[in-house]
Amino acid sequence: MTRSNTPILRIEGVGKRFGPVTAVDNVSLDIRENEFFALLGPSGCGKTTLLRMLAGFEAPGTGRILLDGKDISPLPPEKRPLNLMFQSYALFPHMTVRQNLSYGLEMERLPKADIRRRVDDTMGMTDLTPFAERKPEQLSGGQKQRVALARALVKRPKVLLLDEPLGALDKKLRERMQLELKRMQNEAGITFVIVTHDQEEALVMADRMAILKDGRLLQVGAPEEVYEHPAERFVANFIGVMNFIDGKTGADGVFAAEGLQVKAQGGKPGTATLAIRPENIAIGPPGDLPVSGIIVDIAYHGLDRVLHVRTAAAETPLQVRIPASGASNWKTGDPISLRLDPAKCRLFQ
Amino acid sequence: MSFNATRPTLLAAPGVAWLVAFMVVPCLLVLSYAFFQRGVWGGVEYTFTLENFARVADPLYAKIFLNSARIALTATVVAILIAYPAAYAISRAPRMSQPILLFFAVLPFWSNYLIRTYAWIVLLNREGLINNLLRTLGYTGEPLSMLYTESAVITGLVYNYLPFVILAIYSTLSRLNPELMEASRDLGAGPVRTFLRVTLPLTLPGVAAGGVFVFVLSIGNFVTPALLGGGRFQMVGNLVYDQFLTANDWPFGAALGAALIVTMIVLLLLQARATAHASGERKGEVER
Amino acid sequence: MSAALSSKLPGRIVLVLVFGFLYLPIAVLVLLSFNDSGLPTSWSGFSTRWYGALLANTYILRAAWNTLIVAVFATVISTVLGTLLALGMETRRRKSNGLEALAFAPMVIPDIVLAVALLTFFSRLGLTMGLHTIIISHVIFDLAFVCSVVRARLKHFDFSIVEASRDLGASGWTTFWRVTFPVLLPSIVAGALLAFTLSVDEFIIAFFTAGAGRSSITLPMQIYSMIRFGITPEVNALATIVMGVSATALLISQWLNRERQVP
Repeated sequence: MTRSNTPILRIEGVGKRFGPVTAVDNVSLDIRENEFFALLGPSGCGKTTLLRMLAGFEAPGTGRILLDGKDISPLPPEKRPLNLMFQSYALFPHMTVRQNLSYGLEMERLPKADIRRRVDDTMGMTDLTPFAERKPEQLSGGQKQRVALARALVKRPKVLLLDEPLGALDKKLRERMQLELKRMQNEAGITFVIVTHDQEEALVMADRMAILKDGRLLQVGAPEEVYEHPAERFVANFIGVMNFIDGKTGADGVFAAEGLQVKAQGGKPGTATLAIRPENIAIGPPGDLPVSGIIVDIAYHGLDRVLHVRTAAAETPLQVRIPASGASNWKTGDPISLRLDPAKCRLFQ
Repeated sequence: MSFNATRPTLLAAPGVAWLVAFMVVPCLLVLSYAFFQRGVWGGVEYTFTLENFARVADPLYAKIFLNSARIALTATVVAILIAYPAAYAISRAPRMSQPILLFFAVLPFWSNYLIRTYAWIVLLNREGLINNLLRTLGYTGEPLSMLYTESAVITGLVYNYLPFVILAIYSTLSRLNPELMEASRDLGAGPVRTFLRVTLPLTLPGVAAGGVFVFVLSIGNFVTPALLGGGRFQMVGNLVYDQFLTANDWPFGAALGAALIVTMIVLLLLQARATAHASGERKGEVER
Repeated sequence: MSAALSSKLPGRIVLVLVFGFLYLPIAVLVLLSFNDSGLPTSWSGFSTRWYGALLANTYILRAAWNTLIVAVFATVISTVLGTLLALGMETRRRKSNGLEALAFAPMVIPDIVLAVALLTFFSRLGLTMGLHTIIISHVIFDLAFVCSVVRARLKHFDFSIVEASRDLGASGWTTFWRVTFPVLLPSIVAGALLAFTLSVDEFIIAFFTAGAGRSSITLPMQIYSMIRFGITPEVNALATIVMGVSATALLISQWLNRERQVP
């Protein structure tokens, strides 16, 4: 599957206010053909409003939305070649699965035989064939989710919008459906734009992601890029786990906090916050490594352990991730020494 | 729950006893009268007969029954046609003002039925307000006789029961997940098709509840035909009234009452089926 | 809403028309009750003379007194029975269809049918009919309405607070008075006010169960006989007062029973 770099959907300076509240603030964004794009942010960040503007349920206060180079902002939802998978699924309760899927095609006034064939194909792809004649209330949560997806997919939209598609499922099912969604996106060859507040979900599924906060776009990039090089402190904190240490950067570019010195890249003189991921801190017996501390807690996560280490440098204990196999000797209360990988440190000033 | 098994029964007992003693027993009693003969002097003679039910089916009375049904049905349809747009408009109003609008839509319903009917006498009278208004506007012909017509009776019934129909339809509309309508728009249906294929089918239970209510109360009504129909329009309610208070034929009146009850039960069962058809709208959906 | 999703104007027009239809007849009545001539033909100045005439009419005063007696007794009895019934029905482990139907029936049964049934019943028992039989009859539908209002509140009632109270050492009785009852009180009062309004306005059943003679005539019965003789200015005034009382009771009832934020 090739992914071209032409934007299929272009969001140009889009903003939206509800009374005194700015829900979306001057967001510009290109979404490329056939990519799996995630809009990520905490609740109230404007991601759902943005999605609803794409679908046509809210009119942008400012800016334009271009699909294939054409401005679709003035079009009502029913005239837009994009479809939305609703968070509540919004399955029509008085229709069977087949009727739910046929609905959108009937609206296009397609011949009956075509509708039947396309609905059958889509039900096959989403494993819904056995449930064709059931009503939504006779389906499980996961089945409903698939019907909602199929109902939107059967329309063959240019872009499929998904509003927290996995939010209502339990953890196990959610993880399985993450992979399922990716597979279906690949098979259908449709651009997916997904809204989620779950950073893990975005990391697993998305080709690229945009992080929003208070209606503003903070960063756009591939998951690795955002994870490794967060543009702002908020992004660093929101994506994955991050340790923060407040200190000062000297004229030599060396970051210093109490009992800790690191030569991190890109440091300008002045106060700074150093950020480092738990997996980028090495441990050793007391005194072996430059930073000393005391283990205050050990959390077992199966594959690995997270040590919480109190140091003089930071108010909150630093989190250090180590393989579970190599950590059996450490106990809460033990002194320990740490080393921060300078190449993996980031400074926010 | 800290309530033990016997307490609910004990709590419910006095109310249940009252309803059984003063509603169930009297209804069964009057029903049983329908199977006896009318006494010579108006009382009841305890000889079993089905004659009273045969009389209900007699063309003379069957005609009144059908006529009442027709008037009641017209009132029902008109009430739904007015109530639906009203309920829809209320459900689209800003969240804060919906309860207030609803309250004022229902308020007249709780005020005195007689007074509400009387208000229409004042309006429709030959010397009434509407004729007056027409005269002021330059109408010089004979005053219109709007009172004591079938339309007057239907107007009265619609006016009196409209608030309840608005309430019934609004309650289904307000429970409808608005995302269903959005989903329909998203799938390519315009506002009209969305209404016909999603909104309307899903609010039919409310329409049915309101409709059955209007129909049952209209067909058994005797105040409105008596006041606005001027006694010229016999409806089943008047017929029952007459059998008990003027003709003194209680067994026949009882049979007519039984026919009313059967009509009501049949309609309620039909309504329950309509509700079941559109069921499931609240199950399995996530609150936003 | 998007620009594409219809404007608000048609909805406003519908609401104006429907509310006009609902309130115009009532407004006309109220206005006429203050018309000096008392006739709908012309406005001859503001006057309260018809209210004065009302107060001088002993029949009406008697009927009003009877109505008050009936409504008060029926309300008290039905509030107690209806509340208990609601508690009983909502705390049952399994729903009983028979019980549901029994509590629902008084609200849907055509009143003419209930009226003749009660007339038959009371005369079969050989009871002298009067205000007491009206009270007995009114309790039937009053209690059904009280029950439904209280049940609606109980549906949102978090029974874990009852368990919490028991857990904290209160007896069942103390729990009821200190926890359950205060939570239910607004809905009980709302139900009682509704019952009172229904009783004050009820005509058909009272008409059939009042027995012979003037002594037990209620206000609606009085209004009915006045209306049958045609439009009289006193009826306008009486109607205005009765509607005012009902509307006030309902406003209070609604205010007490308003939707609270349920956590």
